[in-house]
Amino acid sequence: MDSSFDSSGIARPLAPVRPLPEAAARQAQAVPLRVRKSRWPARLDLLQSASGLFLALFLVGHMFFVSSILISKDAFYAVARFFEGAYFLAEPRPWLVSGVVGLVLTVFVAHAWLAMRKFPANFRQYKVFAEHKAQLRHGDTGLWWIQLWTGFALFFLGTVHLYGMLTQPELIGPYESADRIWTGNMWPLYLLLLFAVEVHGSIGLYRLALKWGWLEGRDPAATRRRLRVAKTAFSVFFLGLGLASLLAYVQLGIAHADKAGERYVPQRAAAVKLGELEFAVSRRPGG
Amino acid sequence: MNAASSGPRALTLRILRSSPTEGIAPHWQDFHVEEAEGMTLFIALNEVRETLDPALQFDFVCRAGICGSCGMLINGKPGLACRSLTRDLGALITLAPLPVFELIGDLSVNTGKWMRGTAERLETWIHSSQEVDLTAVETPMEPELAEAIYELDRCIECGCCVAGCGTLRMREEFVGAIGLNKIARFRLDPRDERSDDDFYQLIGDDTGVFGCMSLLACHDVCPKGLPLQTQIAFLRRKMAASGA
Repeated sequence: MDSSFDSSGIARPLAPVRPLPEAAARQAQAVPLRVRKSRWPARLDLLQSASGLFLALFLVGHMFFVSSILISKDAFYAVARFFEGAYFLAEPRPWLVSGVVGLVLTVFVAHAWLAMRKFPANFRQYKVFAEHKAQLRHGDTGLWWIQLWTGFALFFLGTVHLYGMLTQPELIGPYESADRIWTGNMWPLYLLLLFAVEVHGSIGLYRLALKWGWLEGRDPAATRRRLRVAKTAFSVFFLGLGLASLLAYVQLGIAHADKAGERYVPQRAAAVKLGELEFAVSRRPGG
Repeated sequence: MNAASSGPRALTLRILRSSPTEGIAPHWQDFHVEEAEGMTLFIALNEVRETLDPALQFDFVCRAGICGSCGMLINGKPGLACRSLTRDLGALITLAPLPVFELIGDLSVNTGKWMRGTAERLETWIHSSQEVDLTAVETPMEPELAEAIYELDRCIECGCCVAGCGTLRMREEFVGAIGLNKIARFRLDPRDERSDDDFYQLIGDDTGVFGCMSLLACHDVCPKGLPLQTQIAFLRRKMAASGA
């Protein structure tokens, strides 16, 4: 009589285990120690810093060029035409300005995208950082918070300005800019933009130096103190220069309001012609 | 001279009390102690425990800034109770446990658990293929190099840099200055055979060195004065070169 043990089939000899195919067996044995980590975090970090540095240096040049209005209307006119290639081409080419603005806009958007990686990603992170900052009362932690908000403001303020310059490069000139600022009601935006960009830029350069250990010297603590002074000086100088320039444009805009839209013609060009160079400088695109 | 100003100050220690195991919710409690000459917060806390509330929980071992046990938030800033003189603080002193770490109760937190996790994650030990002969004389090292390693090895794992780091508070997976400092330490050590590519595997992302936002509170609150600012910048350069 069969026992229940036998009838259950357990007592039957086990079927031989089929070996894994050779390739699969090899794969099962070869356990990789580590998957190679992506190189992109390094590249993105470098790109964030490089784009920030480019924009900060551009900002410095831009502020000096724009402030040439403080010298004279003709000085600013000459600077504007210079960037249209008036001194080395047969006639001014405003699309050259569009090209430069397009490059700056591209770097600007790339920098914003890269910097967004560091923003608080949700309300919990935002709340934790805000509370931490308030509790710690630490200078550089507070600076980052300022940089965060000025950066956020620049998303909008900077884009409006850059888009205007991209699409209407020929309207950069003493009367044209002044009319845009006053009659075109752009002065509130430029005022906010000035504060946001100068503060953001100065903190950004300061942080960049600390982040990569530039200018550390033999006493990094002393260097950091000096960098903080330089950061403040940068902000104060360019804010002062920017405010003075903006005020000059506003005054010019008010004075020119009843003739808004009129293009500027340099006084010297109207009076005398000094050969081909002066002719080229005085010619207006689309004028 | 005003007689009142020459007398000992009456200090108020406002302590954030809680006990997760006993279900006691966080609440502030004031304790009043008389200031003594050269009094540290550690001494003041001991006085509270001995004379006012024996149930007050806080950690200490060495009383000399060596063990790193008595880290806490002192008026909102991370610091060591044993290294904080009450004369440098106001008459009202708020004390709270370090954030990030697992709370044991009152001012006591489990830094060890966090430190152990970080050590395992970053493999902060010497990686060598050489078999160690414990009876052999140790290979000599240039004194300058030994000192450089020792400089970074002075970390006492008190957790102050962790608590002071805004990045780590936002993103708890960030390794923090302590983790990066340890990598810098083993990178210096000639006995460790790991290359920069190996270290990139450990810290070459936004939870590692590229996540650091250079807020530098770690550097500013470190009770041992470790050169965290320059070490993190150095590692960033090396890892960027390795990864780019």
